Amino acid sequence: MKKKIAIKCLKAAFIGLVLLLLYAPILLLAVYSFSSTNTIGTSGSFSFAHYKKLFGDPVILTMIGNTLLLALLAAILSTILGTTGALGMYYLKRRQKAFLNGVSQIPVVNAEIVTALALAIAFVSVGISKSYFTLLIGHMVICTPFVVLSVLPKLKQMDNSLYEAALDLGANPAKALFRVVLPQIIPGVVSGFMLAVTLSLDDYIVTSYTKPAGFDTISTYVFNATMKGNAHTAETLASFWALTTLIFVIILAVVLVANFSGRRKKEAKK
Amino acid sequence: MSEIKNRDEHIIELVNVTKYYDDNLILENVSFYVKKGEFITFLGPSGCGKTTTLRMIAGFDLPSSGKILLDGKDISNLPPNKRPVNTVFQRYALFPHFNVFENIAFGLKCKRVLNTYTNGEGKSYTKKQRLSKAEISAKVKKALEIVDLEGFEKRAISTLSGGQQQRVAIARAIVNEPEILLLDEPLGALDLKMRKEMQLELKEIHRRLGITFIYVTHDQEEALTMSDTVVVMADGIVQQIGTPTKIYNEPANTFVADFIGESNIFNGTVVGEKRVKFCGKTFPCVDDFGVNEMVDVVVRPEDIVMCKTNEGQLKGEVISVVFKGIHYEISVQVGKYELVIQSTESREVGEVIGMRIAPDGIHLMKPKYTKNVFDGTITKRNTVAFADGEFECDVTQLYPGSRIDEEDYLVTAQGERLDLTGTEVVVEVGLNDIAISDDKDAGGTTGHIISIIYKGDHYRLIVRTDESEEDFVFATDDLWNENDFVSVVIPKEKIKLSLKHHEEKKK
Amino acid sequence: MKLRFSRKTLCIPYAVFLLFFVIAPMLVIVFYAFTDKNNHVSFTNFLQFFSDPMKLSTIVYSVVIALITTVICLLIAYPVACILARSKMKRKHIILLLFVTPMWINFVLRVNAIRELINWIGLLGETNYANTVFGMVYDFLPFMILPLYTTISKIDNSLYEASADLGANAATTFFRVTLPLSFSGIISGITMVFLPSMTNYVVSDMLGNSKITIIGKFIETYFGTDWHMGSMIALILLLVVLVTSVLTGGFKSEESVRGANL
Repeated sequence: MKKKIAIKCLKAAFIGLVLLLLYAPILLLAVYSFSSTNTIGTSGSFSFAHYKKLFGDPVILTMIGNTLLLALLAAILSTILGTTGALGMYYLKRRQKAFLNGVSQIPVVNAEIVTALALAIAFVSVGISKSYFTLLIGHMVICTPFVVLSVLPKLKQMDNSLYEAALDLGANPAKALFRVVLPQIIPGVVSGFMLAVTLSLDDYIVTSYTKPAGFDTISTYVFNATMKGNAHTAETLASFWALTTLIFVIILAVVLVANFSGRRKKEAKK
Repeated sequence: MSEIKNRDEHIIELVNVTKYYDDNLILENVSFYVKKGEFITFLGPSGCGKTTTLRMIAGFDLPSSGKILLDGKDISNLPPNKRPVNTVFQRYALFPHFNVFENIAFGLKCKRVLNTYTNGEGKSYTKKQRLSKAEISAKVKKALEIVDLEGFEKRAISTLSGGQQQRVAIARAIVNEPEILLLDEPLGALDLKMRKEMQLELKEIHRRLGITFIYVTHDQEEALTMSDTVVVMADGIVQQIGTPTKIYNEPANTFVADFIGESNIFNGTVVGEKRVKFCGKTFPCVDDFGVNEMVDVVVRPEDIVMCKTNEGQLKGEVISVVFKGIHYEISVQVGKYELVIQSTESREVGEVIGMRIAPDGIHLMKPKYTKNVFDGTITKRNTVAFADGEFECDVTQLYPGSRIDEEDYLVTAQGERLDLTGTEVVVEVGLNDIAISDDKDAGGTTGHIISIIYKGDHYRLIVRTDESEEDFVFATDDLWNENDFVSVVIPKEKIKLSLKHHEEKKK
Repeated sequence: MKLRFSRKTLCIPYAVFLLFFVIAPMLVIVFYAFTDKNNHVSFTNFLQFFSDPMKLSTIVYSVVIALITTVICLLIAYPVACILARSKMKRKHIILLLFVTPMWINFVLRVNAIRELINWIGLLGETNYANTVFGMVYDFLPFMILPLYTTISKIDNSLYEASADLGANAATTFFRVTLPLSFSGIISGITMVFLPSMTNYVVSDMLGNSKITIIGKFIETYFGTDWHMGSMIALILLLVVLVTSVLTGGFKSEESVRGANL
């Protein structure tokens, strides 16, 4: 009995240790984001200075806005393209389907740098200069296949005769797709959309290869600021602590809300 | 019942319909018609093409060739939403995101009706309009009444039992007032008791609505109880069309006899005018065949009457008795043959009994298979390739008096030296000359067992090769299972070869 | 015959998109990889790649870093996945969620946080390799945990009972039942960690103080100077990736990418 409890404690301790390691950097930044100091390790007083800097600097605010807008736009376009793509693909003949599936896998398994390099070189080769359009395309290339991959399993789970039943009852194909098929695959569409948003928000490499000069997302801005720090003040770097903390808190809230509302639905069903 | 005078109209007619999926032949040259108002059932084992036929009538699949006529008009390429036909699907296909009302109203909401109005100047004009909300609710309510689900409008589909979902599926189809209702194994997912109940109810709905029902099932009992007409299908071919009584009493071939009801099937020989010999005895019968013709003999178990040993045409020992509720199923050993009898009387195991069969209880039919014939090619090694395999054979039979020399050339009686590689031949193998084995390398080719029929003292098997779907038909004493994967063994001397296009070559 | 609407046509926009922005760029890469500066067909890039000891040593370095990262990830993730998957705790998926949550913070911000931590300890610029490996393990650990958790929790509990019933002790059960049955999870975890560890140069740049060149960085440096060589390295990397993904049965969407299905 004692041995069992000891093993249980050991397991819990291991999980706790790994979690602690995972959260240490974030917690460190969270603590210091509320201090007045610009260097971690030095003492300072409690202050909202970093948050003031974050919300007061128009450059930082623009790049945050850019990031969000780009993610939203790329995710919406990818979701439309990927959902219609998955629908069409599902009904293709086996060989054509396998081919499209294979090509869809390329951006998924490929190293991001290879995708980015190929796109950048291709754009330059045909004389398209970097613009918001190329950036959007770059993000869609990473996001769309993931939408397809999250919609396809839902199509497989769906009873194929639902579409036929709708036609049989007199609906035209468009109506059958919108009123009957789409509601069945909507969970896949939603998770594909969410995936697209996170992929776009997260991306650095493809962004840096396809973005127009002078345009920054959080990723490129923070990377450049830390790596080529000379042009940026210590306050700017410290305001990233506040940004990290803020994003972390938002994510935590979303996760908790989604988790609890999801559970309540499940319990209500029972 | 105003339809009665129209009963002989052909509402649906299939003309030489053939269907391929990719390269697989699903339906081969199927032709039949459906009379207006009748309850017709497509019956057959899975993969026989019955569902495909239904799907082509519904419009989900298009025929590869041939025509489908509705009231004499060609509808072969009309999309399903334009056909006056509705379907009850196998697993119901109810829309899970709609409630009962929304499911049933779906078709009505898609519908546009022509309404005629008179305007101020007294001219009448027609307008294509949707049904009003009130009309839709009234129709849904009536449909729910027909299927005995009054008050279920607001229920979610997931809260319904299988039987209730079944009723909603029927209501959803009939609410559109189709000319034909298609039902694709609609009772397959229900338990036995529910199924019996729904069979009666479907019959009743058919009577009330007076429309044509086309029903698909693999359950022969269901087909016999419910239908006006049964279409028995197997292997993409219509085997027999007729009333349930006709199909049961006069099966067209051994497949139908075996598939519908229980049967004793034997190999027989016609020995005189309306006299047939089987089980080692001669019986008077009613079917007329040429003397000495080989026939398949079918006797229903209830047509064998047990009697005293000295009064019977046959004598045998009871080897098992099983009580089946309404009757006993008694197996009797007669010499090397085994017979099954159904009777309300029981017998003891070991008892010796006599049996009689009335002439009209003996059904003779022309055997479908008398030998196996294949197209083959001689290979380099002087073997013959056919049916996805390669078999040892004696090639000298192609040229009388010939022999094989040391270098594997054939030397004819005239001394001519021939290389037979690539020669096209016709291969013949008798029904008793084929064996099968579990060891997949034992024989010349492999395939799956697709049919087993017991013939009293042996089984008749059909093995189909996987690639080119060639069939081997043969008799065996061993018990196998359908779908077993086996290899086909043919002794070298049992393969009969003859040259193909022999005449042309001579020229 | 009247032309009928076909649902297949819906995939045309997506197919065109793939053609223009996935297939075409790959063909451009192939073109550059096998041409020289005068656009003549040439295999010099290919030959040079395999004969230049500088290039080869960079690649070996990169592979070693990726290997170490993958092994450490596996060693940490396997026990975590095992403990969580086999725990009878009701709220265990919340703990799993805790492992995934940091993944949803912007990647660069996350690496920046580690950079600040390392800087605080005083090791930034001192132990570049260790810092890089630490950062990669930190960033890619969830990619290893998720597929492992999915496969291990799919193992039927009665298999453990059967194993115990047949007299196996805990260790035997682990090596003969759990490990073989979670093999597919291990493989997909490895592919999801190993590749980014070779190519994602954000981590090595920010934590290795720009002193460490992994393959991804290597390609990037050629982007400014020699597209032909850059394309050749990218192409070789692409082929390696495609071959491994074909060998391991391709990407499985069920293994919840980035925890999207949690």
